Amino acid sequence: MKETPLSNCERRFLLRAIEEKKRLDGRQTYDYRSIKISFGTDYGCCMVELGKTRVLGQVSCELVSPKLNRATEGILFFNLELSQMAAPAFEPGRQSDLLVKLNRLLERCLRNSKCIDTESLCVVAGEKVWQIRVDLHLLNHDGNIIDAASIAAIVALCHFRRPDVSVQGDEVTLYTPEERDPVPLSVHHLPICVSFAFFRQGTFLLVDPSEREERVMDGLLVIAMNKHREICTLQSSGGIMLLAEQVLRCSKIAGVKVAEITELIQKALENDQKVRKEGGKFGFAESIANQRITAFRMEKAPVDTSDVEERAEEIIAEAEPPPEVVSDPVLWTPGTAQIGEGVENSWGDLEDSEKEEEEEEGGSDEAIVLDSVTVDPGVDGPSAGSRDAPIVLSDSEEEDMVILEPGKDPQTIRTQTVRAKQEPVPSRKPARRRRKKRPAQ
Amino acid sequence: MTEAAAVAAESLAGSKARAARTVLGQVVLPGEELLLPEQEDVEGPGNAGERPLRLNAGVRSRVRVVCGPGLRRCGDRLLVTKCGRLRHKEPSGGSSGGGGVYWVDSQQKRYVPVKGDHVIGIVTAKSGDIFKVDVGGSEPASLSYLAFEGATKRNRPNVQVGDLIYGQFVVANKDMEPEMVCIDSCGRANGMGVIGQDGLLFKVTLGLIRKLLAPNCEILQELGKLYPLEIVFGMNGRIWVKAKTIQQTLILANVLEACEHMTADQRKQIFSRLAES
Repeated sequence: MKETPLSNCERRFLLRAIEEKKRLDGRQTYDYRSIKISFGTDYGCCMVELGKTRVLGQVSCELVSPKLNRATEGILFFNLELSQMAAPAFEPGRQSDLLVKLNRLLERCLRNSKCIDTESLCVVAGEKVWQIRVDLHLLNHDGNIIDAASIAAIVALCHFRRPDVSVQGDEVTLYTPEERDPVPLSVHHLPICVSFAFFRQGTFLLVDPSEREERVMDGLLVIAMNKHREICTLQSSGGIMLLAEQVLRCSKIAGVKVAEITELIQKALENDQKVRKEGGKFGFAESIANQRITAFRMEKAPVDTSDVEERAEEIIAEAEPPPEVVSDPVLWTPGTAQIGEGVENSWGDLEDSEKEEEEEEGGSDEAIVLDSVTVDPGVDGPSAGSRDAPIVLSDSEEEDMVILEPGKDPQTIRTQTVRAKQEPVPSRKPARRRRKKRPAQ
Repeated sequence: MTEAAAVAAESLAGSKARAARTVLGQVVLPGEELLLPEQEDVEGPGNAGERPLRLNAGVRSRVRVVCGPGLRRCGDRLLVTKCGRLRHKEPSGGSSGGGGVYWVDSQQKRYVPVKGDHVIGIVTAKSGDIFKVDVGGSEPASLSYLAFEGATKRNRPNVQVGDLIYGQFVVANKDMEPEMVCIDSCGRANGMGVIGQDGLLFKVTLGLIRKLLAPNCEILQELGKLYPLEIVFGMNGRIWVKAKTIQQTLILANVLEACEHMTADQRKQIFSRLAES
């Protein structure tokens, strides 16, 4: 799938924001996004989150025969994969330019800096050595893959334990984790990549560019460094001319950042070690934050249902005398009268009219309008369980039901009931009510 | 989760359809079958469980039922195609019996074009007399240069590659290339067309967009009190926002993004804090 194009509007906004020393996520120029390191249940498995960029690292080992020219050295192998899950633009099973560049940079940063003691990986010189394989998977792409990947690789290597081996004469014994505790690799130092993005031909500089910033940058400078301020790799891409002072300034910033990140890594490793020793819970499942989507949540409004019945009666009492609702009935013929603007109604013969009404309920629009205020008579008022539902009050006298909003004042409710009675179709009902009321008065 | 999966497996295996009315507000899973209420009534409760019923059951189906996103008619059956909560809206006229709109409320980021949706697209190419517009769907939409207000063969709209377009889908189905227009049926722009060169475009989830576009959305009202702003919501999850300064635009964008995971109280706190500063 094609990459989502960057619109002119985004490009312009980003550049203008950078000129004003502002970034999309509110960071300062030299700020990293928050780094989170979590470990899996196995040794050598870790996940590094750099903002929304997420890399999973897994180290594995194997006994192989060494390379001919280096008979006493173990083999280190790095492999970074950009899966389609990270961004739809990545194509599976193809070595893109970006991927080749990243893999090469990782190898230079970690293998060529000799941060792992490869000689200690030798079991029998010239015959058997350990091959350490570091697999890195990009799970989500939000810019600055190389920094996240380099952190993930070095953390996974530090966390990894290989099975213990003993050599007695010609006999090589490989111990399972139950027999002997696995041994960690000997790590000399922790090289970490720090990326600098340049904008406007090197006028502006940002640390840890996000995905959108990467798209508008002119050039990139990656410095790999350890906490002793030894530069392991330095690579500039994008074809911009950098001044010597700029590179020096970048290396100073990198030194500070590397020191912070190294401290974070060591703290994370210590924490994991402690939890494992104490037998607490560890693994990815423990470290995933629970994010809830609240935008869809319905707020529960507490409804006081204690005095509903009295209030309902009060409202009914208030709403009872319909002032100018019922216009004067027009007597067409004896026994047939019209009230309001409705159709002719013969309420002399009740049975017929009831049938008519039933038919109308299904068919005509006017009947449906009435239906919106009548509710299934089976539902009774105060017992209508859920608190969110509108309260339904039953006007027992006429089986005519009115929906009341909980928060409304009686005045509006009254108009609602009045409106319901004004409907032309049930013209029979108000008339009947009046007739009933008269003897009572 | 396993429980829900078990329910789905059961409904698939036994082809036992649940009545739509009983699962309202509950989680439904793709492949599940639903029964519409008016069909239950006609067939009687005993029968309804066994046999899925037609949507267009001749004389009986006086009620109009609309299948929203996440539901699909497949022959005479009603199938769920998305994972989420089943929702229902009564028809505007009244509640005579089970009519109205059914849809599945789901949370996703990938947009699938729907006819009539208003979306924000990015022009990726000009070819002949059409523009290719990226809307975040599986393929780019096409937009004729005549589909702008006041555009004629001579008078072409000024649209460059990379520009933002706010438009509406007139053709969107699974077999054809989606097609957009920037005019309504009367030939008026009605707010659609090319979006200005300033401002910020960002992406959020589709669920948040629907929430923001809901009538009487509180978030939007509170936002309007904060700063004067121009804002465009595309149903494809894109929001374009512009305020007076870059700082304000950035704040608005970040607040909107964060709104999804905030409760109403947290949101009010943040808005009041912003209003003070």
